[in-house]
Amino acid sequence: MGERPKPKERIVYQAGLLGGYAALAAALLILGNEATRETIAERQAEDMLESLAQVLPDSLHDNDLLEDRKVVRDDEGNPVVVYTATKKGGHTGFAFATTGRGYAGDIELILGVDTDGKLLGVRVIAHAETPGLGDKIEIEKDDWILGFDGRSLENTTKAQWRVKKDGGEIDALTGATITPRAVVEAVYGGLVFFRDHRGTLIAGEPSRYANTLENEEGAE
Amino acid sequence: MNQDYRRISADGLWSNNIVFAQGLALCPLLAVTTTATNGLGMGMATSFVLVLSGLIVAVCRRTIPTEVRIPVFVLIIATIVTLVDMGMNAWLHNLHGVLGLFIPLIVTNCAILGRAEAFASKNAVLPAATDGLMMGAGFTLVLVLLGASRELVGSGTLFANAELLLGSRLGFLEMTVIPGYRGFLIAILPTGGFLLLGFLLAAKRALEKLSRSRRTAEVTPVATEPAEAV
Repeated sequence: MGERPKPKERIVYQAGLLGGYAALAAALLILGNEATRETIAERQAEDMLESLAQVLPDSLHDNDLLEDRKVVRDDEGNPVVVYTATKKGGHTGFAFATTGRGYAGDIELILGVDTDGKLLGVRVIAHAETPGLGDKIEIEKDDWILGFDGRSLENTTKAQWRVKKDGGEIDALTGATITPRAVVEAVYGGLVFFRDHRGTLIAGEPSRYANTLENEEGAE
Repeated sequence: MNQDYRRISADGLWSNNIVFAQGLALCPLLAVTTTATNGLGMGMATSFVLVLSGLIVAVCRRTIPTEVRIPVFVLIIATIVTLVDMGMNAWLHNLHGVLGLFIPLIVTNCAILGRAEAFASKNAVLPAATDGLMMGAGFTLVLVLLGASRELVGSGTLFANAELLLGSRLGFLEMTVIPGYRGFLIAILPTGGFLLLGFLLAAKRALEKLSRSRRTAEVTPVATEPAEAV
């Protein structure tokens, strides 16, 4: 009985202390998350608006892009949010996000197209490509991404929608092979998606194509 | 007291440098040092976490039983990094856009756990924070050095995109050292990172050898003179 360990050496004490620290850490993280969640959401909405402004120039629309959005299902049934630019009530352009599979995870892109499916602009929203190599797809680091402006499925054939290295028309990036290939594929896929849904996006009132197109409020 | 802090500084910056002497933190080091700017950003973020974790571990050191200290340290560091990540995302959003990529990598930095274990858990709060700051500064030094040499050899520029990290006032740091340089890809790839790190380590050794032989050269005559006098 005299071998009873000192309180500090007892396993219950140590386990309890570890648990206590874990609870404290969890509490701090909850507080931190609560304190920052709204601000982060606001900042991200600002970011979104900023990226939208880069692919849908202000001169093209007089509506609030964040308000006028529709959800369309792509071929695999995934919802795609399409931001619609209108001027004096008429459609002038559309913007939507698309994803490519890059070298280090997904590359999120935003595409702006006019009503004929011609690219107004492409921007990378998020990616995890190698700094110094693959990150040249960002507009801040290289103007490579501007090479897509003005292209469409009409003026660039399917075979030309490839990196030059693969026999296509799009410039390659020094030091990165997989990254530009992924971006080109994603942009091409985005244009095909737009061609397939152009009719429903441009045509009349939402009620007429309610099956394929839902307002986001309706979807919830 | 003063001597103590001078020692801590010398240890952190040079003689016990995280990379040069301890050989730690190579994962984040090789991952981000493709440009000097990236290195600087990672260095600043890591230093901040090092100081904070040093502070908190030193404050809590008496309540943490030795047997469970490692999980507690990991918990403390991971919590700090997550909070810093969220806080920066909310209030320093532009900087987060640039550094955001590196912040989760800090958790993988064994040097932070290493300092918590080797220094902060055995020392008072102020020395622990100083140690964090100096170790962080030493790490930043290596990051910038390696980043600069890889960037120079790999793409012929220095501090490319510094404006994004440091604001337009420090944009002058950006320079193209070799105009029209076609790039030397291997320096930017991980292979080149290892190679250039090797060269840097060799240079550090050579510098130390040089200063040691100079010191002995200075010391020897002083040592012989009294011998003659006797």
